[in-house]
Amino acid sequence: MSSPMISLKSLTSKTTMNQLLATAKSGACASSSCGSPAKPDDVDPDTWEKIKDHPCYSEEAHHYFARMHVAVAPACNIQCNYCNRKYDCANESRPGVVSERLTPDQALRKVIAVANEVPQLSVLGIAGPGDACYDWKKTKATFERVASEIPDIKLCLSTNGLALPDHVDELADMNVDHVTITINMVDPEIGAKIYPWIFHDHRRFTGLEAAKILHERQMLGLEMLTARGILTKINSVMIPGVNDEHLIEVNKWVKERGAFLHNVMPLISDPEHGTHYGLTGQRGPRAVELKTLQDRLDGGARLMRHCRQCRADAVGLLGEDRGQEFTLDRIPGEVSYDASKRETYREVVARERGDHVAAKSEAIGMVKTAGSSGLLLVAVATKGGGRINEHFGHAKEFQVYEASAIGINLVGHRKVEQYCRGGWGEESTLDDVIAALDGIDILLCAKIGDCPKDQLTKAGVRVTDDYGYDYIETAISALYAAEFGLEPLAATA
Amino acid sequence: MAFRIIASQCTQCGACEFECPSGAIKFKGEAYVIDPEKCTECKGEFELQQCASVCPVPKTCIPA
Ligand code: SF4
Ligand code: SF4
Ligand code: SF4
Repeated sequence: MSSPMISLKSLTSKTTMNQLLATAKSGACASSSCGSPAKPDDVDPDTWEKIKDHPCYSEEAHHYFARMHVAVAPACNIQCNYCNRKYDCANESRPGVVSERLTPDQALRKVIAVANEVPQLSVLGIAGPGDACYDWKKTKATFERVASEIPDIKLCLSTNGLALPDHVDELADMNVDHVTITINMVDPEIGAKIYPWIFHDHRRFTGLEAAKILHERQMLGLEMLTARGILTKINSVMIPGVNDEHLIEVNKWVKERGAFLHNVMPLISDPEHGTHYGLTGQRGPRAVELKTLQDRLDGGARLMRHCRQCRADAVGLLGEDRGQEFTLDRIPGEVSYDASKRETYREVVARERGDHVAAKSEAIGMVKTAGSSGLLLVAVATKGGGRINEHFGHAKEFQVYEASAIGINLVGHRKVEQYCRGGWGEESTLDDVIAALDGIDILLCAKIGDCPKDQLTKAGVRVTDDYGYDYIETAISALYAAEFGLEPLAATA
Repeated sequence: MAFRIIASQCTQCGACEFECPSGAIKFKGEAYVIDPEKCTECKGEFELQQCASVCPVPKTCIPA
């Protein structure tokens, strides 16, 4: 590739402004206009403008951009069987850990502190516990305050949809481009098994009646958003035996009403979270059941495969949570926004991204035209930038790519316990990592020691660090070529 | 006549505060409390007490 490799690493760790600029300026050109746009073929230009910096809406962007959530809206107007309100909202976040609840003013301080320190920050979301549309005053106050300080940050909210129709116009006025609605059913009979009650129009409804109202309000809200050009992501919680088959129908309904993305998430129902499902022994789906359902939904509304069910106060790239670095007690009482780091980072990304896109499309093209029916499942250790740049022992998750005649696609991720702690590896952890990699053909990482490498090989997972710091797709295409006896591509930076 | 909140059960979500038609519910110090002087039990406004209807935790907003 033509442009020199720019390390994104220096930008993702805490740095001084000078270091950042030095890194950015080491490239061939310092203008943000150079670097080809990375628009995928199946997205129109207007939509691409909206999603290109949003890590949840664009798989491509998730390599470069970070989101943060603030928990400012704890009140909720429905009860879900997978939620225990003493903990977080399960519709968008991992239950079990109470998030730090903030007032709109505290939230503003936190967003500024994060924007100053995490240059990848592009999205602010309000995603539980509670419902952002129901607890509207706090949501609105937070968005207004943040938007006036940091005008280019994207605002995003997540809702159960019941109160959504009441606020669509205000959302449009505030330039909220992205709304997530959790829709678990379009059939009230099924809804009645998921929602014990709703609070609407000043009273509590239960059973079929509740589910019917919720369903109608969800569909209305979605249609209203679509009519105003606001992109919607639909989250569905997959509950085996309750709505798993039914989600195929849900996918059809939401697609017809203009949903941009459908994200099927596994039910989390540990008994210790104290949810209705947890206590009644309702199980969550296994990884393979989830993937099978997602595969059946392909071709409907575009699927999100890189969701990490992040916490309601998560901060950082998807798959990373730096929330604990930014708790209120660590934030100074007075903070003022400094745009320089974020601006510099964007310039670097624009260039790096153009380069990545070229390498990626070349690699995918090769795999597609190879005419092989072979299929390869590859796990990758990465910390962003689209490269294989994480050490095996430091990885907390592996991203899973599938290479086949239809190209190279991200199909999921596997969470693992970090193997290497303080310089030495834990034997039992390695067993868990091996279990988590079940079904994976090859593991790619930036570096790995001989011992874990041997163990993994014995367990049937081939592993290599030969492609360390290469682009993910480039490395996978080379492996695919070697595997199925094709002409490999020349290595790219 | 008035309602009260069992503080040990309350999740402090604040839903009751903004649903109360009488402005009787406030966050005081560490917990949400109902001012018995202001609470009307929603009489004349709604059929059912709003705080009890919206509260996610059973038996948390109860008659005093
Ligand atoms: S919408 Fe969220 S906070 Fe409300 S009950 Fe459902 S999971 Fe819980
Ligand atoms: S009963 Fe009605 S008036 Fe009294 S505190 Fe509850 S919501 Fe307010
Ligand atoms: S609605 Fe119930 S849980 Fe929420 S603040 Fe009021 S009393 Fe507490």
